[in-house]
Amino acid sequence: MVELTLPKNSRIQTGKTWPKPEGAKNVRKFKIYRWNPDDGKNPQVDTYFVDMDTCGPMILDALIKIKNEIDPTLTFRRSCREGICGSCAMNIGGINTLACIYGMDEVKGDVAIYPLPHMPVIKDLIPDLTHFYAQHASIMPWLETKTNRPAKEWKQSIESREKLDGLYECVMCACCSTSCPSYWWNGDRYLGPAALLHAYRWIVDSRDEATGERLDELEDPFKLYRCHTIMNCAKTCPKGLNPAKAIAEIKKLMVERRV
Amino acid sequence: MADVNRGNRPLSPHLTIYAPQLTSMTSILTRITGNALILGMILIVWWLIAAASGAESFSTADAVLTSWFGDLVMFLSLWALWYHTLAGVRHLIWDQAVGLDLDTAYKLGYAVIAGSVILTILTVIIL
Repeated sequence: MVELTLPKNSRIQTGKTWPKPEGAKNVRKFKIYRWNPDDGKNPQVDTYFVDMDTCGPMILDALIKIKNEIDPTLTFRRSCREGICGSCAMNIGGINTLACIYGMDEVKGDVAIYPLPHMPVIKDLIPDLTHFYAQHASIMPWLETKTNRPAKEWKQSIESREKLDGLYECVMCACCSTSCPSYWWNGDRYLGPAALLHAYRWIVDSRDEATGERLDELEDPFKLYRCHTIMNCAKTCPKGLNPAKAIAEIKKLMVERRV
Repeated sequence: MADVNRGNRPLSPHLTIYAPQLTSMTSILTRITGNALILGMILIVWWLIAAASGAESFSTADAVLTSWFGDLVMFLSLWALWYHTLAGVRHLIWDQAVGLDLDTAYKLGYAVIAGSVILTILTVIIL
């Protein structure tokens, strides 16, 4: 359902402005979404000032610096700091991306940071991804076979393997699904770009023998067909993948198998 | 984890914080023009019904539709018709699973916007 406004408990209030670092000459302003599950208050946006002369080049560097030097209660996920784990996905300067591979110089003016859009917030910049992961699990993200297991491994030609390029690289950071207006309004039943990209990854895999069942499972007005080719997903993917294209290929297969 | 507050989790902001971009804007414009055209069509149907039911009712409808406001509505409807048509063609192309790479999708998006404006102006000049 389209709900343009936020529920009462989610409306954002003005937060605290933290003091500027002393003696810093090159200061940048960060506006960061905060919500503490323990104080019973609404979310708020806090303002921080970071000394750019002593800070690394990435957004994640600034977040870690704030946590280390200004406010240790600031909470966010991070791990690999090189765009391969997908933990630090968040909304930076209005778009979803990974804080670790997004440069400070890619944002103009003040840096606004929010959790991934239209998700339940656990704390500060950490969204609850339970439902997102469950949707991924629902597309059976594994090889399904019916024939007897080969003596060694399931073989694949180089050409067939190439069909998985642009699909297998997905790190499930949820940037795409949470950038999709259709997923905002119908995320309870629409699988969203990430899960559908993974669905297609197994549908085109030449070794997989459950293509028909996979398509049956997706043939649903909500699961697949809430995709209206808005393309925010492809625009925002920090790995440069194209879920919109994968979804279009699934829709095409749906038609082709009927004629 | 038993003491974690799960019941009252806020929903993170969405529409208000997400940057407007060509992808989402051309998409929502397709919907807006589609719905606006229903209203424009009702006006034209009203005009035709009025013409069929007599001189008096026709003069009322005709006065409204040829007033400056009626002209404005019809002009915008004309643009909406062109925009919606071209955006529809873009969707037909996309439904073949081609033209979906970001570069082409953006070019098509700009083409739809520019094309709708140019065709609207041409239509006004020619008709």
